[in-house]
Amino acid sequence: MTSSSRTGSPDGEGDGGARVELRALAVRYPTASVPAVHDVDLTIEAGEFTVLLGPSGCGKSTLLRTINRLVEPTAGTVLIDGVDARARDPVELRRGIGYVIQAVGLFPHYTVAENVGTVPQLLGWPQPRIGARVDELLRLIRLEPATYRNRKPRELSGGEAQRVGVARALAARPRVLLMDEPFAAVDAIVRASLQDEIARVHRELRTTVVFVTHDVDEALRLADRIVVMNAGRVVQTGPPEEILEHPADAFVRDLVGVDPETRRLVLERPLIER
Amino acid sequence: MTYLASHPARVGALLGEHVVLVAVSLAIALVIALPLGVLAARNPRAGGAILGLAGALYTIPSLALLAILVAIIGLGKLTAIVALVVYAQMILIRAIVAALRGVDPALVDAARGLGFTARQTLLRVEFPAGLPVMLGGVRVAAVSLVALATVAAWINAGGLGVLLFEGISTNNPAKIFAGALAAALLAIAADVVLRGAERAVRT
Repeated sequence: MTSSSRTGSPDGEGDGGARVELRALAVRYPTASVPAVHDVDLTIEAGEFTVLLGPSGCGKSTLLRTINRLVEPTAGTVLIDGVDARARDPVELRRGIGYVIQAVGLFPHYTVAENVGTVPQLLGWPQPRIGARVDELLRLIRLEPATYRNRKPRELSGGEAQRVGVARALAARPRVLLMDEPFAAVDAIVRASLQDEIARVHRELRTTVVFVTHDVDEALRLADRIVVMNAGRVVQTGPPEEILEHPADAFVRDLVGVDPETRRLVLERPLIER
Repeated sequence: MTYLASHPARVGALLGEHVVLVAVSLAIALVIALPLGVLAARNPRAGGAILGLAGALYTIPSLALLAILVAIIGLGKLTAIVALVVYAQMILIRAIVAALRGVDPALVDAARGLGFTARQTLLRVEFPAGLPVMLGGVRVAAVSLVALATVAAWINAGGLGVLLFEGISTNNPAKIFAGALAAALLAIAADVVLRGAERAVRT
């Protein structure tokens, strides 16, 4: 895939990504005795593919959801391209940020095209532009528009549904894409192909991606940078090789596994072109 | 069948009255139940109070409620409609609460995350997704109101109950049978039609 295929997009793809900064961020749920997220400082560079990795309950989803204000931090600040997220209307903020979840959440009474066109429709794009954008996105995720446009979500396989979920998140050309365990519910073969797909899409669009997973192999395969979390704190950040070779502590060492050599094979598996 | 065969126009007219009584009551009941149901589903405390009150009203025997309303409003159709609206509340509010609480949380999370306002989430996602369950409530309410509306004849509100009360007071079993049969057929028709609607909106 060359950069010329990017500029070939009729709707002018390739706005790139936004820089996301989390400053002294903390989240405490009213009923919980310990904070879900504790004192997190993290800068996610524009266009970077960042994976938040950790066991369930470590606060990675909560952290992700502060970026589009589905969760409001109890302390600290979220900056998107230097602008405090709190200074923006949450609805308008979310329309500019892609959001993909494990359960997909396609609207069952909408067709595939209507699902993908959801955010452009909310933004009031004219109908022909939405139609063109939907077809473009379906091609991007390799679902033939003529075949899939008018299907209902119940007529899709799990993998196809999640592709449509990704297309829906990308529709209004967000500069940040949030993905919360997006491929955890599909089988291993489909998961691998979806991983290839999102890696390719990221290379083409250079959107900033923040991706939550508990799957170490998935993190190693996709991440430019991994953020390892435990008990609401960030315990290590670094590129996959560094996490593998220099785990910061026993927790990270146990998480990435007893056999770094096997894990390294994951890194060496060609991700189309890494 | 003898009364039905000899007086088809009269039975037809009373049936029409019955349908109007039920339809008007159901429409008004829905307009009231929708906001109350949404509030009850959103806010557990308000929900407890609303369902408690609707449940309490539902337990009042229909004749007693009509008698009380006659004392306040007087005889006639209006009183019957008020009573039917009150009875439908319990069924409709419960169905709306169940429908909204039964919506897949992932749909609501996705809608919010994509930038739907709370109102858009309700109207474009939660109502459509909960529609089959809500229509189930409308169906049960409609069938119940068809039965209850027969009592309305007792307070001069007309409908098929007229045949039942006339039949009883003049000891005319054929008339009672005609009224009962027409009411039963109406209830079955309402059930079939609304079941079809439920199926049609299921995705």
